[in-house]
Amino acid sequence: MSARVLTVQELNVALPVPAGRLHAVQGVSFHVDRGETLCVVGESGCGKSLTALAIMDLLPANAERRAARLELEGENLLRLGERAMSDIRGNRMAMIFQEPMTSLNPAYSIGDQLQEALRRHKAVSRSEARTRAVELLERVGITAAARRLKQYPHQLSGGLRQRVMIAMALMCQPALILADEPTTALDVTIQAQILHLIARLQREFNMGLVLITHDLGVVARIATRVVVMYAGEVVETGSASQLFSGPRHPYTRGLIACIPAPGRTRRGAPLGTIPGLVPSLVGHIEGCHFTRRCPHATDACRTGAVPLDTVVDGHHVRCLRHRELATGAAPPPPVAVA
Amino acid sequence: MTAGTRHVDTRSDQPLLYARNVSRSFRVSAGVLRRARTLTAVNDVSLVVRPGEVVGLVGESGCGKTTLARLALGLLAPSAGSIALDGRVISALSRRDVATLVQPVFQDPYSSLNPRKSVGSIITLPLRIHGAAQPTAWRARVEEMMERVGLSRTLYDHYPSQLSGGQRQRVAIARALINQPRMVICDEPTSALDVSVQSQILNLLQDLRRDLGLTYLLISHNLAVVEHMATRVAVMYLGRIIEEADTEALFRAPKHPYTQALLASVLTPEPGLGVPDTHLGAAYPNPLDLPSGCHFHPRCARAMEVCKSLPPIPTTTESGLVECHLYHVPGV
Repeated sequence: MSARVLTVQELNVALPVPAGRLHAVQGVSFHVDRGETLCVVGESGCGKSLTALAIMDLLPANAERRAARLELEGENLLRLGERAMSDIRGNRMAMIFQEPMTSLNPAYSIGDQLQEALRRHKAVSRSEARTRAVELLERVGITAAARRLKQYPHQLSGGLRQRVMIAMALMCQPALILADEPTTALDVTIQAQILHLIARLQREFNMGLVLITHDLGVVARIATRVVVMYAGEVVETGSASQLFSGPRHPYTRGLIACIPAPGRTRRGAPLGTIPGLVPSLVGHIEGCHFTRRCPHATDACRTGAVPLDTVVDGHHVRCLRHRELATGAAPPPPVAVA
Repeated sequence: MTAGTRHVDTRSDQPLLYARNVSRSFRVSAGVLRRARTLTAVNDVSLVVRPGEVVGLVGESGCGKTTLARLALGLLAPSAGSIALDGRVISALSRRDVATLVQPVFQDPYSSLNPRKSVGSIITLPLRIHGAAQPTAWRARVEEMMERVGLSRTLYDHYPSQLSGGQRQRVAIARALINQPRMVICDEPTSALDVSVQSQILNLLQDLRRDLGLTYLLISHNLAVVEHMATRVAVMYLGRIIEEADTEALFRAPKHPYTQALLASVLTPEPGLGVPDTHLGAAYPNPLDLPSGCHFHPRCARAMEVCKSLPPIPTTTESGLVECHLYHVPGV
């Protein structure tokens, strides 16, 4: 039995907008194994959240999804109807969203919502569901769990609500969890706790985890493998150490140079920047999507699609010039921490 | 009220902001049948910001940092204590005087700009309100300021909805600077922005500080940003400043157990280190029902018996102060 939980191949998502078709996700491929944490990182509008929604089949009704393969534990999700998908969502794959207040129902108690998550999918009694809810609330570090069941979302702090969301995602012991910016709305102290918790539970339950974030610190600390997205495409993918110690794509390099990091950046000195704006994804973009902001772009970069090239096993980059840039044949932007 | 009449020898030593034993409480209604209770958002806080400094104010949400900023902007009156701007008590200053000394830049450039006004009129508004001289020169001044903050003059007639998040924050900065204030209070200035835009705005704030001789009070939950920008840092917890020190000293050797936990929570981009366990416990205390003694003791890994009953008093350190029983030598 393969440990592969999720296979995404050539995923495309397009949205009709007044100006035409917006190609939000273009040819995105990756896979996740059990026990693995895949971080999808990129800035707003790069298509990372839509990728997750496309996997869950939760895209807006007018969005168009195409893919060569989309498989959960070997089962093809592309041909499943809404009914079959809703049997899978929350059961074999679950999602944790950024803002727990909008994803919890304010009109139902925590207990009702947790138990429903289980009873929707499994033939268990009310009291069995309650026992499981209490057990999971305790597992996610909520004290006085039995009493919390009667509480409503507004009675909990942001950190506690996100713990409840995590407990809810775990109710059916899913094979895969998709977490979209799960700690962005939280304080740093709570963020560290929630990520610590997610990482621990993921190991204990041996799940596959896709974590979507814009925060490179989170990526470095939690990812087994990383997918960097820019303007709808995967521009670089590799292990966390490959990406942070030897980023190849000018965008990845630029992103790392932008963040203040003690020891690498000098206090008060200018930080790296990525000038320019993300291109519009309405219509077709010729050549590399990063050309207009790239300090190393040549004419070759502006024509024809740029394929993913293998740097070493497991490390791939979508850049025509990455080899000469890495050998210093062209002046590279500041490189990452050692 | 004596702070305003005090005379300080040199102008450069005159604090731009001097908050002295400032408290601010709010009445919070807990329901129709319950008695309203008092929430003390800022509790007997003293803070000095001198010209040229960048003072970082950090702490978890609800610790009182934004209330302190609103007090310093004169948007709220203190319940106790006094606030002086450039040596004059804020309550004795007109709104106009306050505005020429200190200006805010807020977190969300999507909600802090009027969507129905053009960029030009947003930046011109402070000139109009303050009746700046030579109205015929306003447009030139605004365009000059736009270029100063990295906005093309061609955006003068554009509306906020036509701008990116980074451009909007530049508009907010231009609006704050058009009347040449001496201090800018930046409340989470880059939290709503992407990292590549964040670095551009931080670089801009550094350039402006150097070129225009500005002083900043920088409120942020992003400790990497504060370490990069600030010259001095104050850490707040439940309405109190529990540690204050030069940036270098604070990040190299944090003293207060809360500061230590806060710094340990920062996820620097170093693969292989994993996610730290901060041992802070899940619950941020209810500010309406403050813990006894040291407010931090229920979450503190080094809490002692005395911490449960006796509030610590500030102890002076090499470059600031810390409020913790661990550092308080009895009898001193």
